[in-house]
Amino acid sequence: MTPSRAIDAFARRHRYHPLEALPWLAAVASYFIFPDYLALGAQILATILFALSADLVLGYAGIVTLGHAAFLGTGAYTAGILAAHGWGEPFTGILAGSVAAAFLGFLSGLVVLRTTGLALLMQTLVVATLVAEAANKASFITGGDDGLQGMEVWPIFGWFRFDLFGRTSYAYCLALLFLGWLIARQIVHSPFGRSLIGIRENVRRMHAIGAPVARRRLTIYTISAALAGVSGALIAQTTQFVSLSFLSLERSGTVLIMLIIGGVGRLYGAFIGVPLYMIAQNRFSEIDPVYWYFWIGLLMVLVVVFARGGVLGLFDRFRR
Amino acid sequence: MGNTLSAAVSIGFHGLAFAMVLYLISVGLSVTMGLMGFVNLAHGVFAMAGGYVVTSLMSRWGVPFLPALLGAAVAVSLASIPIERVLYRRLYGGEELDQVLLTMGLVFMSVAAATYVWGPLQQPLQPPPWLSGAIDLGVRSFPAYRSFLILCGAALVTVLWLGIERTRFGARVRASVDNLRMAQSVGIDTSRLFMTTFALGSGLAGLGGGLGADLLAINPSYALQNLAYFLIVVAVGGLGSIRGPFVAALLLGIADSGFKYLLPEFGAFFIYTLTMGILLWRPRGLFGRA
Amino acid sequence: MLRIFIVVLTAAGASLPASLAAQTVKVGLINSYTGFVAQPADQGQKGFDLYVKEHEKDLPPGVKIELLRRDDTSNPEVGKRLAQELITRDRVQLLTGIVLSPVATAVAPMTAEAKVPLLLDIASAGVTIPRISPYVVRISFTLWQQAYPIGKWAAEQGWKTGYTAVSDFIPGHDSEAAFTKAFTDAGGKIVGAVRFPPTNPDFAPFVQRIKDAKPDVVFIFVPAGTQATGMMKAMQDLGLREAGINVVAPQDLLPDEELPRMGDTPLGLITSGTYSADAKRPANEAFLAAWKREYGDKSIPDFFSVDAWDGMAAIYGLVKATKGNFTADQAIAFLSHWKDPDSPRGPIMIDPETRDIVQNVYIRRVEKQGDRLVNVEIATIPMVKDPWKELNPPK
Repeated sequence: MTPSRAIDAFARRHRYHPLEALPWLAAVASYFIFPDYLALGAQILATILFALSADLVLGYAGIVTLGHAAFLGTGAYTAGILAAHGWGEPFTGILAGSVAAAFLGFLSGLVVLRTTGLALLMQTLVVATLVAEAANKASFITGGDDGLQGMEVWPIFGWFRFDLFGRTSYAYCLALLFLGWLIARQIVHSPFGRSLIGIRENVRRMHAIGAPVARRRLTIYTISAALAGVSGALIAQTTQFVSLSFLSLERSGTVLIMLIIGGVGRLYGAFIGVPLYMIAQNRFSEIDPVYWYFWIGLLMVLVVVFARGGVLGLFDRFRR
Repeated sequence: MGNTLSAAVSIGFHGLAFAMVLYLISVGLSVTMGLMGFVNLAHGVFAMAGGYVVTSLMSRWGVPFLPALLGAAVAVSLASIPIERVLYRRLYGGEELDQVLLTMGLVFMSVAAATYVWGPLQQPLQPPPWLSGAIDLGVRSFPAYRSFLILCGAALVTVLWLGIERTRFGARVRASVDNLRMAQSVGIDTSRLFMTTFALGSGLAGLGGGLGADLLAINPSYALQNLAYFLIVVAVGGLGSIRGPFVAALLLGIADSGFKYLLPEFGAFFIYTLTMGILLWRPRGLFGRA
Repeated sequence: MLRIFIVVLTAAGASLPASLAAQTVKVGLINSYTGFVAQPADQGQKGFDLYVKEHEKDLPPGVKIELLRRDDTSNPEVGKRLAQELITRDRVQLLTGIVLSPVATAVAPMTAEAKVPLLLDIASAGVTIPRISPYVVRISFTLWQQAYPIGKWAAEQGWKTGYTAVSDFIPGHDSEAAFTKAFTDAGGKIVGAVRFPPTNPDFAPFVQRIKDAKPDVVFIFVPAGTQATGMMKAMQDLGLREAGINVVAPQDLLPDEELPRMGDTPLGLITSGTYSADAKRPANEAFLAAWKREYGDKSIPDFFSVDAWDGMAAIYGLVKATKGNFTADQAIAFLSHWKDPDSPRGPIMIDPETRDIVQNVYIRRVEKQGDRLVNVEIATIPMVKDPWKELNPPK
């Protein structure tokens, strides 16, 4: 089989659409077009991964959470504490962060996923607050309010240093985002993923056909936590700093907002909403540092009034 | 022994005052969330607005305390109506997430607007002379202002309860909370009801914000800082209820003060664990109806 | 040795022909315009702006200073990224500002890697920050600097038993440690300690605990702003001082800006601080006059404003001396030896060994003057070096 036909067959089997290559092309192009903005770019990529993980629970399983930052922070602190205590290997740091976050996701999911609606929302909020409190109390190891100091992340493969211009960080985040995206995409297009949508839309029927609802929700919650942990570890490693703000309500709320702006439950909402929000924030706060909140708030209101379903929702309407 | 009792009374007293403020602000949120099914994260903005109006009226125009409070409640109440009609109404029965986005957007705008008009500094409340100092009951003295807060809270919860249980309007609200479709088919103008309830709830929040300016400082980030408190009161109390948030606020206010007194290192842990426990036991909240 | 170097440098700089000296010095100013420290940040910004306005004409001809203002939104990693961008994209020669010590901690390592000096203007917590990088100089104050002297002073008043009550985060812990060390070293005994959550609305339960313990003196630390006012209300409501307990605190409890809004409760309170708006120093009178001219009669500067003012003065000093042409090492050499005998807060200097500030610490009491409350300086402890660094020399 010729290479092009092999690729075609692969694409057809996994239903890859040519448009899906767009974000990756844009990301790679940005590396060359915006060499001065790579630090911001790396943060955006890592945050896209975070939003992607949130989309899995929010958009696909219908679990509205205000505490997703708990997993981001857990991944970040795990990788950070390792790097601050002599083990700065990046990939194992990511793995450790991911496992720690998944563990927290599993445990908290057992408690939190018993409920729905407002109670669920509150439970996620409570879990995140408890984790943040614990991190503050354990300041002897987390650095508390001052943040984690002394992180030393080793060069990737012993060769690529994390430099001030963010070149290595950008490529690193891009690679891991790609991996995370592959995983998320697989899940979403699998029978498991479809059953999640079923659970979201009509729980009673899913129970009636014997689908293990609770188990499925817990599974996706744990996987989502793991991915969020990866993004947290990424941010920690590329900025060589972790602070309590990683665990804040503001962090959880912001990722929700970015996702909703892009479009929830569409997998690519994260790719649109996150850069839009973060670049807007970067620009606005340079122009008008004090009143940045006003403009972003206005943008959010306008999105709801005119662009329900986020940017992707707008695209849908144009296509029709 | 006398010392512990004295301390307990003091804690109970202050916790009660804090609870009253939380209740006044959150009761409106509970009813509108239960009635309209609308996640209004911007509820704190109305409380903050009330606080700003009261402090501005008093400090800039020398309006006396009680009229300023009343003025704030009315002003906020009226101001909330166009917001409800123009923005909120579009999202009734809609996606929760859209409501979250809209109300968070309003919160952000309020932070900037408040900074623009009043600056980033906190607005202090100077209670009038007849409410300053302490009330001496012989055996011990109580701060006058906190006592006033408690009395106000008690009075208002009674009025609200009577209103919801004994008036026709209250009956309509209760009916709509229980079963919206049924209420509509019986001829209740739910649209008008939503508007009126929303205005009342927001006015109450404004009143609570003004009264509680001592405890919950009036500053531009008010709505964000106190969001968790209001949500906890509403979730633990139960949506669509008058009693629920009252009990939840009492629990939160007194337990919070108590934990902080007994175990200050871990005070915050306990209150959140307690919230988690209650929500596990009663996911709908203690008195949830919706 | 370095001093001679500076003199030679300035002589060389002064002898350059004027046409060569056309320079725009880019300075990155990172402040927290939004977030929970917007209040102190605003006071600081006013200090920066006022100095620039008053002294712009002092710059040598052809030399300009361009301030690039950035908002870290009270978020350390935003601050870190902004610093990175200011260094790599905008190519600033100097970084300054910074309100929150976590932001300072995040930015400091970068200054060493990129060789860009950082002049910390406002952040006061984190005693070890100047040790993180040789390119950091602090001109504000340290928490140990203000908490340690008052511990000693409290013991000297004959108060035997002490209690500490601080906010449960690193600045609180630092202040608590400083007071405790000084108080116990001078013969006092600490009978209890309590820490409250950093964003606590109601202080009544904690004040009750203090009352129960009946110490001679209680040391209170809360961050300036809404927390300070809340604490004052609780103290008043529970009659802490009426119960015979003396209260001491660092200046964060009673910033001059907040004082008029606290009613009469703070009357008689003792605080230790590095600046009081009431100070009767000629430099301060001039500063106050300029402030009122620019910001109106109702506006009052506090220690954040003066720290910012002094920081800008140091930067202007550097630019004037070098005509805007300096390397990072030259800047650090200059700033580490910066002395200003005439700051509104009294004489200040930077200790070249620690690159941290050395200044007078004043014991102040709140008194009523006319119809306002002011912090009146009742004692001066001259030229205090950061006690923590004195007690913990680098290994």
